[in-house]
Amino acid sequence: MADARAVLTVLGADRVGIVAGVSGVLADLNVNIEDIRMALLGQVFTMIAMVNVGDARAPFAEIQAALTSAGQELGVQVMLQREETFQAMQRI
Amino acid sequence: MSFAAEEILQTIKMVMVEQLDIRTVTLGLSVLDCAHPDAAQTARRLYDKVMHAGGQLVPAAAAVAAELGIPIANTRIAITPLALVGAANSPHDFPTLAASLDHAAADLGIDYLGGCGALIAGGLSTADAALIEALPRMLAKTERLCASFEVASSRLGINMDGVWLMAQAIASTAELTRDRDSIGCAKLVLFANAVEDNPFMAGAFHGTGQPEACLNVGVSGPGVITNVVRALPDADLGQLAEAIKRIAFKITRAGELVGTTLAKRLGVPFGCVDLSLAPSPVPGDSVGEVLEALGLERAGVPGSTAALALLTDAVKRGGVMASSRVGGLSGAFIPVSEDTALSRAAGEGMLSVEKLEALTAVCSVGLDMIAIPGATPVATIAGLIADELTIGIMNHKTVGVRLIPVVGKQAGEWAEFGGLLGRSPILPVPAGSPAAFIRRGGRVPGPIHGLRN
Repeated sequence: MADARAVLTVLGADRVGIVAGVSGVLADLNVNIEDIRMALLGQVFTMIAMVNVGDARAPFAEIQAALTSAGQELGVQVMLQREETFQAMQRI
Repeated sequence: MSFAAEEILQTIKMVMVEQLDIRTVTLGLSVLDCAHPDAAQTARRLYDKVMHAGGQLVPAAAAVAAELGIPIANTRIAITPLALVGAANSPHDFPTLAASLDHAAADLGIDYLGGCGALIAGGLSTADAALIEALPRMLAKTERLCASFEVASSRLGINMDGVWLMAQAIASTAELTRDRDSIGCAKLVLFANAVEDNPFMAGAFHGTGQPEACLNVGVSGPGVITNVVRALPDADLGQLAEAIKRIAFKITRAGELVGTTLAKRLGVPFGCVDLSLAPSPVPGDSVGEVLEALGLERAGVPGSTAALALLTDAVKRGGVMASSRVGGLSGAFIPVSEDTALSRAAGEGMLSVEKLEALTAVCSVGLDMIAIPGATPVATIAGLIADELTIGIMNHKTVGVRLIPVVGKQAGEWAEFGGLLGRSPILPVPAGSPAAFIRRGGRVPGPIHGLRN
């Protein structure tokens, strides 16, 4: 379902365990990763994932809170926002 | 992946770094049905209706902002002009109605409630006169209320008696709030050709042609534009206009998405997106900085009118494509106190009241948040208002006037308003009196080209 898709962005200093940490939170909440891209630009870790919250075990705000918390532990910035934002701003 | 990494990162950068946000989501609400011959009943009905209709505004806006990742700076409500609602009550009842509205605004946790004004371009009703008489005390005693008055239009001309009354009201409001740099005047706007769906304060009101309720949006994206311009140091003006147009599309789309999403959650029709680039005192969120990036030493130097018109027109071109309904003022906002680069330019003597007036002739939405000496004579204030209204009616555009005579301070000193209202140097006003002209009173006819039939 299109309106269950969200974009997950992780930015921060590279270290071991970022992908594992973030995807662990998603798995716990039954959020499906549909596509995932990572890049290391110098020391800056960037991960962008398209996720689906349609069958998630928690409401959107709770998923965001869990990801923010994980991000703080990992020392990275984690953002989750509905796909509509990018659809609206980047597509005619 | 449906989106390239660059697109995702650009969007995020616009919000996190370049200060893109929604300046306001404004719920327009008709309160005509709150009218009652007993003012206590009117006051109660106003409170109940605003509370009921606005109950979800703050939490729903917070949820939408969080889910979309686009911050919303303010939540506001705009009501039917209060002079219409209180017309059946006694002249001295307006403060009671105002207090009730202010309580509702506080209880809802919204930032402002606008519409405590009247439409007087053609003359004053009894209720209009009573409201204006009570206005300074109302603005001094309430926290969140804003008032606007249409005093001129291209069809009706200028109500010079109204201009004089409003100039006096501004001076009184300034005096009553002198302990806070006359901040009461920041909640009062005069208009030529007012619009019914403006989401910004202090001018917002819910016009009588509007539906029961609707949701209007104002976006704030000058920082995004500054960065686009800075990335093109060698572009010519045509190329810059094109680049600004394209980014303005994206900025406006953020507003359109937030507006339509929130309107749906509140169960009200979506009203409009106001395309105006709205600056704030946050560093990097400045229209003045865009002008500097375009190549002006400061906003206000020769070339500023050309630059601001280029910017505003490009924003409109991109914005109109982005939105299903464009409305409100949709012009250039140059509120001196609310824009760090504008207030700096004014403090350096590079941006004058005269230049600010010239800018309103082409693109700017008015003389906005301009601090003037507290000792400015009322007739001079009236003259400044009359000139600005004339620019509006002659150009068939909306212009507003929000002047703040800072009691106890002179040109060169600074006024501190705080929050989104910012801080500003007090600008000198030309000397010489228009008193005899203004005091003739009467109605200045509208321009002949207002007869379009």
